[in-house]
Amino acid sequence: MMKKQKNDRFASFLDWLENGGNALDEEMQDALREEEPEAPGKQKREKKKKSSDKTADIAKKPRKAYADSWWYRLLAFAVAAALIWLLMEAVDRMPRFGAADTLMDSELTEFYVEHTKEETGAMNIVTGIILNYRGFDTLGETHVLFIAVCTVLLMLSIYGEQDEKKRLAQGALERYFEPHHDVILQSAARLLTPLILIFGLYIIANGHLSPGGGFSGGAVLGAGLILYQNAFEYRKIEKFFTYKTFKWVSVCSLLFYSLAKGYHFFTGANHLDSHISIGTPGNILSGGLLLPLNFVVGCVVACTMYALFTMFRKGEF
Amino acid sequence: MMTMVWWQNLPLFMIVGALVCAAVCSVLKAKAARAVMAALSFLECCGMGVLLYFTLTKNESFVFAMGEIGAPFGNELRVGAAEALVGLLFAVIMFLSLLGGWKQFSLDIAPNRATLYGSVFCLLTAAMCAMTFTNDLFTAYVFIEISTIAACALILSRNWGRTMFAATRYMIMNLLGSGLFLLGLSMLYCLTGHLLFPQLGAGVKELLAANRYPMPLYLSFLLMTLGVAIKSALYPFHTWLPSAYSTSTATSSAILSSVVSKMYIFLLVKIFFRAAGTDVFARRIEDVLFLYAMVGVIAGSVYAIVQRRMMRMIAYSSVAQIGYIFLGIALGTEAGFAAALFHILAHSAAKSMLFLAGNKLRSAADGQDTFPALRGTAKKEPLAALAFLVGALSLVGVPVLGGFASKVFLAKAAVELGGWRMVVVLADLLVSTALNVGYLLRCALTLYRPAEDTEARPAPKTRDAAFAFAMIVLILMNLGLGVFGAPVLDWIQRGIAMFV
Repeated sequence: MMKKQKNDRFASFLDWLENGGNALDEEMQDALREEEPEAPGKQKREKKKKSSDKTADIAKKPRKAYADSWWYRLLAFAVAAALIWLLMEAVDRMPRFGAADTLMDSELTEFYVEHTKEETGAMNIVTGIILNYRGFDTLGETHVLFIAVCTVLLMLSIYGEQDEKKRLAQGALERYFEPHHDVILQSAARLLTPLILIFGLYIIANGHLSPGGGFSGGAVLGAGLILYQNAFEYRKIEKFFTYKTFKWVSVCSLLFYSLAKGYHFFTGANHLDSHISIGTPGNILSGGLLLPLNFVVGCVVACTMYALFTMFRKGEF
Repeated sequence: MMTMVWWQNLPLFMIVGALVCAAVCSVLKAKAARAVMAALSFLECCGMGVLLYFTLTKNESFVFAMGEIGAPFGNELRVGAAEALVGLLFAVIMFLSLLGGWKQFSLDIAPNRATLYGSVFCLLTAAMCAMTFTNDLFTAYVFIEISTIAACALILSRNWGRTMFAATRYMIMNLLGSGLFLLGLSMLYCLTGHLLFPQLGAGVKELLAANRYPMPLYLSFLLMTLGVAIKSALYPFHTWLPSAYSTSTATSSAILSSVVSKMYIFLLVKIFFRAAGTDVFARRIEDVLFLYAMVGVIAGSVYAIVQRRMMRMIAYSSVAQIGYIFLGIALGTEAGFAAALFHILAHSAAKSMLFLAGNKLRSAADGQDTFPALRGTAKKEPLAALAFLVGALSLVGVPVLGGFASKVFLAKAAVELGGWRMVVVLADLLVSTALNVGYLLRCALTLYRPAEDTEARPAPKTRDAAFAFAMIVLILMNLGLGVFGAPVLDWIQRGIAMFV
């Protein structure tokens, strides 16, 4: 018995060392204790009671949180300061930006500046690099957005399909305190939303010609949708943009992106003719896959921005 | 100009196929999504197997340029025997985890979440392939991001307050790890002007020979190592691990413990070998790693001993086992790296089995996993208990099982090296084996002790063919790794020879 208690105390000490004994953890530990099964047999039960009384006593005593103690703060400060100092020191010793005779100033930059235009058909070198030379990275990056939305959806979908009423009630509650019919906001949104959306499309469509592209244009589109949704109620935007629209637009964009890029990688690596012509660099319809890829990236980015905003505001889509 | 043979296109198809499946899964119904998951992970296993066969018989690695312009201007994949072998293990474990948790999955995860889970699972598969095959440091970072978010989703897929808590903690620690990795990576890019491993390695060598920027160079590798150490739960950075592994559904626990954390370690091995070079320079980082790993092996076991719940105990034992892997890496010799990679295989095979079997036993004990509640569960779930026993014996290091072979290889690598490292490694192995016996076998024996209540509840007969299949394959894998340890180690060594 004695030995067991000692072991318990050691365990809780280790737990404390590790978890910092903050409030949430204590709650968790209490929950754990409650879940412990009542052992059968009278004698056993008595023992159990004793030990739980003991733990209750410990829990009652206000324990100073680990993270609040002065030495912990000092330590955290010291570690952070040391890391900052180390990084500053390293930055100071790095090659100066734009300095000659560093390895940074390598064949890569020169190659990109010289070849991007005729190899990819992009006047905007950045677009040429991210969608063609390093297209695989961008493919991954676009899926990062997709998985972020999936995870947030997973996190917020706490009500199952059978609790439909609960879910709707929750949504209505969340919307109760929102301002309705704000005239200034609504007139501004009426004026601005079309302009913002058109500007977003322009940035996307000209991605291979001028600064911009799918990521920045998609962000502008998403911002336009968010403005519209803020000014008017959900019902109005749900006339043309619901969860279903979001789902199908993102899925189709991602599918097109993966398949088109996969085809491009396949033909490229096997040195086959891809039958995608680059056209005349500088024209709007040029650059082969760049224009459609910019569009699908724009769709994914706009959908993601809008979806994340809606989900965190409404608690659901 | 090298033309590609048919099987050399497999890496591309595996990655793009997984991405396509991820998009498709999100619009399917729950049942169809699960079928897609299973089919995808099975096909990935086949693909990895084919790659391993051909890389071993041809005895050379190959490079796959992503696009018509290859190195050093575009992205590249590179596959050798080591990549194919580790990838095969990951794919097999993912497939078996899915099968082993099949029944639990439908209980834990609501249908409206199952489709999202399917998307996340497929994306994690893509990330696993891409991170294993990549020849480019930044591509590795992109897929680290995907796998970090995917792991969070896997944890919180089970609708339970505690999983939310675990996922938050996981997110905070792992974002710190990703951030440090990105810092190190961008510093390295600034210094060498390249992101592909071969060019990066050449740049580092050149800088070192001229003794230019030694401090930032050292720091950049240190930051990347630290990032990977946090993400794979090396000892002092392990605080996110126990709750993340012990609260989620069976499939998630098994995948998280045996695939996700190991992917990062394999990436680190590649960085050390292909970018840093295994010379005096890397030595200095390995010394730091050695210190942490040395303490971690013991500390993880001590934490595991004092746990009162089985799942948390298994989770803490991962901390000790990760310590072993880093110990092998920190030896810095080729034999050490080979032993570390072998331990990745052995530990993944054993740990995924422990988690799957543990979950089964927990549900046999009415959702309780305290040791008193677990008594007598062996009678209700004989196969799960047997698998648990085999996994525990393997981790303890009983001959003919995978864990024994990996401990022998680690000791051999240490003896080859000699010096104080040898003494430390051998002492570590000795002490931690004793501790392992203490907690793993105690738990395994608890399962076989008769339950205290004699009024034995009628055991609900549950038939779970998928689970049985997964357990049998995993048990055979553990045996196979033990019996055929030497040939597998030979494959790993050939793979490491292909690295350079």
